[in-house]
Amino acid sequence: MNIEVVVFGVSFVVALGSSIAMLFAKNAVHVALFLVAAQVALALTFLLQGAYFIAAVQIIVYAGAIMVLFLFVVMLLGVDRREALIEPLSGQRTIAVGLGALLAAEIVYVAVKGTEFVIGGRGEDALVTINEDPGNVKALARALFSDYLLPFEATSVLLVVAIVGVMVLARRMGHEGFLRETTEDEGSEGAETDAEVPA
Amino acid sequence: MPITYLLILSSMLFSIGVYGVLARQNAVLILLSIELMLNAVNINLVAFSAMFGAEGVAGQVFALFIIAVAAAEVGVGLAIVILIFRNRSNVDVDEMSLMKW
Amino acid sequence: MDFVAPKIALSGIAPEIALAATALLVLLADAFIGDRPRTLRPEHGSARPGSGILGNRWHLPLLSLIGFGAAVYLALDAWDRVDATGATTQFSGMIAVDGFSVFVKITLAVFGALTILLGHEYLVRRDLEEGEFFALVLFSVAGMMLMASSADLIVTFLALETFSIALYVLVGYQRSRLDGQEAAMKYFLLGAFSSTFFLLGIALVFGATGSTNLYGEGGITSFLATTPAADLSLLVLGAGLLIVGLGFKVAAVPFHMWTPDAYQGAPSPVTGFMAAGSKLAGFAALLRLLDVVLFPLRWDWRPLVIGIAVVTMIVGSILAVVQDDIKRMLAYSSIAHAGFVFTAVIATNDRGISGALFYLATYGLTIVGAFAIVAVLGGPEERRTRVNDFRGLFAAHPLLAGILTLLMLSLAGVPITSGFVAKLVVFGAAVEAGYTWVVVVGAIASAIAAFFYLRILVVMYMVDAEVAEEPKAVMGPLSIGVIGLSAAATLVLGLFWSPLIELAEKATFFAGP
Repeated sequence: MNIEVVVFGVSFVVALGSSIAMLFAKNAVHVALFLVAAQVALALTFLLQGAYFIAAVQIIVYAGAIMVLFLFVVMLLGVDRREALIEPLSGQRTIAVGLGALLAAEIVYVAVKGTEFVIGGRGEDALVTINEDPGNVKALARALFSDYLLPFEATSVLLVVAIVGVMVLARRMGHEGFLRETTEDEGSEGAETDAEVPA
Repeated sequence: MPITYLLILSSMLFSIGVYGVLARQNAVLILLSIELMLNAVNINLVAFSAMFGAEGVAGQVFALFIIAVAAAEVGVGLAIVILIFRNRSNVDVDEMSLMKW
Repeated sequence: MDFVAPKIALSGIAPEIALAATALLVLLADAFIGDRPRTLRPEHGSARPGSGILGNRWHLPLLSLIGFGAAVYLALDAWDRVDATGATTQFSGMIAVDGFSVFVKITLAVFGALTILLGHEYLVRRDLEEGEFFALVLFSVAGMMLMASSADLIVTFLALETFSIALYVLVGYQRSRLDGQEAAMKYFLLGAFSSTFFLLGIALVFGATGSTNLYGEGGITSFLATTPAADLSLLVLGAGLLIVGLGFKVAAVPFHMWTPDAYQGAPSPVTGFMAAGSKLAGFAALLRLLDVVLFPLRWDWRPLVIGIAVVTMIVGSILAVVQDDIKRMLAYSSIAHAGFVFTAVIATNDRGISGALFYLATYGLTIVGAFAIVAVLGGPEERRTRVNDFRGLFAAHPLLAGILTLLMLSLAGVPITSGFVAKLVVFGAAVEAGYTWVVVVGAIASAIAAFFYLRILVVMYMVDAEVAEEPKAVMGPLSIGVIGLSAAATLVLGLFWSPLIELAEKATFFAGP
């Protein structure tokens, strides 16, 4: 048996298992950690696909930075809070299970049916050649800075929008007491500069 | 490795994410389920990209963009969560009922 | 394999660049010129020094308006070039420069400018910070414009996220309002949820065709031209998911759940902007995708879209009738209007495309005015937005009541208003394509919808002895200007519609493969 198949099998099971565990964990920290596990397993499958750069980004940015942000907020909101398991709308969960299963069945069916012809058409050796010359990272970089230059720049605008947005939302209103100390300091500075103006 | 297994994995994770979004009540947990769905899409893109070989770089480039967008979305989403938490000290979506049908 | 630098031509995205640059300038000017609003100043409680009706920070809206002016100028410039040389794509096929995108961009710039005018007065009265508001409006219009001209699904997705994230924040902009926070949360969660469906759709389209590009070599258009129809099931599923993702943005049933909450909780100028701009951008992407690129697949996607159109028209109209809050009512009415535009989408002919553009332009101008009136009557936290709060409006503000009447009649589709002409155009297109029964459903939905518009009018003109509190309009020159402009546009386009329709007809040529 091919070693790749073993690695893929393991990561498949880990990814699927920890995603299912996400649904049943009651503690928000556990949910986040299960997602990290799933993401690391997915990074492995990316490696098997020859997508080395994406695999690295997946671990560094996604499982690393983004999930740390999540954990930070979960801690900030209080770890010990457990989610109520009372159904607000009776049958909501049953409907959700049904919808989820239906969607899964549909996508699997069409994906399997639909890809039969596609795979036949193209060789799997193409991947090997692109990863030997020019190599995965170089190939990605070339695509990113030539054909996909505009989306790349658009992403920068998107990130600026997000930064401005977060600033607006997370800023405290002046009358909230939290930043009282600093505002008082600023206030006295302001008074001083006011006094200096006539002089 | 046949692409079929990857597509099955992807659709399973996506559906688990959909279920999580519909069944969870805590906004942070809903957001985590949405992240799982984004990951499922990334599997699809990387798998298709490998399938197409040299012409398929677009798939990996797109996966990169999705990760960047996910970061931006998570930032804004958690900011909204914190804004609400400051006022009512919980972020259960079902308790948000100031507005009714 | 050497690196080949891409050919860069900026004319196609010049309006977007102008808006993004203006947004950055506004943020800089906000930081260094003038006073901060009270909420950010230490000595809170005192009125802002020297704040007149326009505030002492008029340079920010002025700068934003200049940005929109520049965007319109640059878009018109592109139109001239398109007229001379024909539609093209730029940036390695990422951007389509065609009449369609130019028309949408100019319309979006007008909506954005009206939002700035309205937002300025709204924010000054509530002493909220303005710089970020204007910057976010500018950024989101830039995103919407990019969406209208994108010729690659990656760009479409990034543009969609850019304006969506800006809108999530704008909905919750008045942070002290609890319903605003709730609205932002619901809009965000459902928006992010629907984005993942859109993404999965793109991934499946990519898997089916090997490309995300709409027109270029090996793109989706050329793939469709060369592949036998039996092999397209994956592409059809992907297209269905794309329709779901965009259906959310244009508030089509069954993806409309966020609409009433977001519309009610958002500051009214933002609500007007969402109703006008978000719908136009979403439909621009839908029209390009369905009526042009996926035109060969129309027999596959049309049943789905017809279903959405019918359900949207009926559910929107019926649920609007039972609403008690005028902002929620207008939200459901906007859902119904999305259904009417869908009837033009399923027509898949040039008349349908130009009709949809005309409809969205006139609807946007009307709805911005309607929400402006809600804003001036709603009070500082917009608590007075129930239908009964409009009781006796005619006695208190006859002119305002008259204008609101005109706008409501236009939304209902009564003759001599722009809404009537618009409905006529989209229904005409659907009949021409042979979908008469859909138009009949639409007509029934319009009749139901007329109920709730009339209900507002009745309440408004009722002379009632038991008026608890007379409606009180708090408005300055900017609000009056926007309301007047909206009313004038509604009336003038209802009487002399042909120039705008001719422009919309000119906008039906697309960049080709």
